[in-house]
Amino acid sequence: MEEELMAKKRPIISTGGRGGAADGKRRSLPMPARYVINALLVFVVLAVGELMVDGGAITRYQTSVLQQVGVYIIMAVSLNIATGYLGQLPLGHAGFMSVGAYGCAIFIMRLSEALGIGARDIVAGGPMVALLVFAGVVFGGICAAVAGVIIGIPALRLKGDYLAIITLAFAEIIRVVMLNIDDVLGFELTRGAAGLTGIPSYSNFLNVFLAVAIVCFLVHTMMKSRHGRSILAIRDNEIAAEATGVNTTYYKTLAFVVSAFFAGVAGGLYAGCVGVLQPANFGFMQSIEILVMVVLGGMGSMLGSVLSATVLTILPEALRAFSDYRMIAYAVVLILVMIFRPQGLLGSYDFSLSRVIERVMNRDFPWKKDKGADSGASVEEVSADGR
Amino acid sequence: MFESVSRRQFLQVSAAGTALLGLAACNGGSEGGSEGGDGASTIKVGILGPHTGDVANYGIACRNGAQLYFDQLNADGGINGKQVEYLVEDEQGDPTQAVTAYNLLVEQGVVGIVGDVTTGPTTAVAQQSVNDNMPCVTPSATAAEIVTYGDNTFRACVTDPEQGRIMAAFANEQGYKNVGTLYLKGDDYNEGVNNAFVEEAQALGITITAEQSYSAGDVDFNSQLTTIIATNPDAILAPNYYEDDGLIVTQARQQGYTGVILGVDGWSGVADYASAEDLQNCYYCCAFSSANTEGLAAQFTADYEEAYGETPTNFCALGYDAAMVLAGGIAAAEEAGLEAGSDEYLQAVIDGIASGSVEGVTGTIAYEGTGDPVKSSLVLTFAEDGSEEVFETIDASA
Repeated sequence: MEEELMAKKRPIISTGGRGGAADGKRRSLPMPARYVINALLVFVVLAVGELMVDGGAITRYQTSVLQQVGVYIIMAVSLNIATGYLGQLPLGHAGFMSVGAYGCAIFIMRLSEALGIGARDIVAGGPMVALLVFAGVVFGGICAAVAGVIIGIPALRLKGDYLAIITLAFAEIIRVVMLNIDDVLGFELTRGAAGLTGIPSYSNFLNVFLAVAIVCFLVHTMMKSRHGRSILAIRDNEIAAEATGVNTTYYKTLAFVVSAFFAGVAGGLYAGCVGVLQPANFGFMQSIEILVMVVLGGMGSMLGSVLSATVLTILPEALRAFSDYRMIAYAVVLILVMIFRPQGLLGSYDFSLSRVIERVMNRDFPWKKDKGADSGASVEEVSADGR
Repeated sequence: MFESVSRRQFLQVSAAGTALLGLAACNGGSEGGSEGGDGASTIKVGILGPHTGDVANYGIACRNGAQLYFDQLNADGGINGKQVEYLVEDEQGDPTQAVTAYNLLVEQGVVGIVGDVTTGPTTAVAQQSVNDNMPCVTPSATAAEIVTYGDNTFRACVTDPEQGRIMAAFANEQGYKNVGTLYLKGDDYNEGVNNAFVEEAQALGITITAEQSYSAGDVDFNSQLTTIIATNPDAILAPNYYEDDGLIVTQARQQGYTGVILGVDGWSGVADYASAEDLQNCYYCCAFSSANTEGLAAQFTADYEEAYGETPTNFCALGYDAAMVLAGGIAAAEEAGLEAGSDEYLQAVIDGIASGSVEGVTGTIAYEGTGDPVKSSLVLTFAEDGSEEVFETIDASA
């Protein structure tokens, strides 16, 4: 794998001209190479992780915590689309999560029954199961996206506090519908307050983190595209964006629906981790908790969302030894961050591996203050490149 | 090169370093826990429940009861000469955390778990524990299906529907002909009891004159009560939690209703929410009452008060009994001389529980082929000063 990586890198260096940065041109990685490097890294992390889980180096307890981390990373990254990139304040993200969770769980339960796949077979895995889980998770996402359209179109006419309240209300409506749909319409779907039980545990380390990688990739590419820039333009100045021809209604709804879709995906994986769904678990506090992750990490920073979702999920577990005090620690962390870093831990900074590699290739290290003296790639030239 | 590192960069690097150290530390910590399962002189059991969060009062009560039992057992020499070491894990009433905490307990090498406490998390744990065949005894989770996932989950309490049937039988026995009900909609417990009561009562020939419901958070029940009282019932069933029941009793009496009000074990603690005068003519069924002066219950009340300085509730007693049930199973496995933690050992614990019978403080607990206990139940009422008193004991229905 290492060799492959090097093989991919070598021609890049040669195309950039010979040694040093003395020619004064800033060298950069071509796009395919960036994707290959990132894809390889993801593959290596997943493979190593899976081997460690299989081999017992990561214990079952740690695996179950890691799965939760994965689910909450997807939740935070998806909420970040609506909060960080679109600049709105939706408070109903748990509602979409519950739609996705119920949608996916019911889909998989019904279909596995129809196909004659037992709960044990699902745990054991196999191509058929993988396909079923994939279809189920996507189905959960689509259910949530449909809910997103229904909620988004009326809600996005509003802004700020008003939007927060209306999304909060919609999430409560979703919860109440989950609670009562069986009784009122005579279905046998969510099973009301008793909760949907007996969901096979189809989530595992591999499929959760594969989903994390795919979601991060899709969100990243969307935000780098024309559509992403339109969304960012709306955040920065809606009137100016509209004046330059951005269809604001369309893009606001799009961002909101994409956000809902990925929340549904996370919900589907969550259902497989826990095995029980009760409407009460998707209340207001759940939405707030996800919003806290996004705000703490820095609105508009995907790395921030990933890091804070990881830390905030692991923190209560890591502090188990302090039992009664652990929830205080959680609150103290939040207060400290909000006082000293009101823009979130990472602000709107986002990490890019390609950028780091390019810096190394150009010998452009952060501690070299006087770049002009000992390196060809001066600060002026870098900015002139349009970076 | 390093002289030019700025203070900001130094801070960034040191923060990253600290974070890594922290991660490494918690990693090491949890791995250390998984190694200690080989101690032959102690038997490890888990106590799992919500000890913080919204439902913490139930979890803490169950934990205190279970700890009291294991402490007493250890003072008496333990099981088979081995001390019982209990590991307590909190799950905050959240199914996700319950699964995580369950995995943590299994890794630490427990041979049985007292828990979980509330229905949702217990269902999640019950589904997980089937894969390990881990013996679990829940003190208080009443939803019917918890014991249906495998043979390894038992409960120390009776189910919601069973309580409904007990009260229906009680109503029939007392000769009430018309009964109205007022219950919380959208909650498994309340609806479960109500539906079972209505079904059983109708089978016994009692007329259900009105079935009214309310939503979580309601504090005014006057309109529902007006509707029910207009049907002139002999009794009103209020199968809810004590805060709501206190208000229902008070408002019913304000409307001039002097008849009987029936409840189930959610009433435990209602005396703080309604006056002694209003609580006259109220009856509810419950597994345990500190007012019970007979047998083991009185001894338990005294022990508990000595250990914790407060009066035990229903949940404390159920926690105590759940621990007793589990200890009974472990004793059977120990007698068979099996290796601790092996699959046969766990199966022997389960078989021991299923075939055994223990004299608990909430009555004799035995199992007949399912995880649901066959046990007696108390019907409690209130004395003139508002204190609880035992009205009658309903024996185990076969």
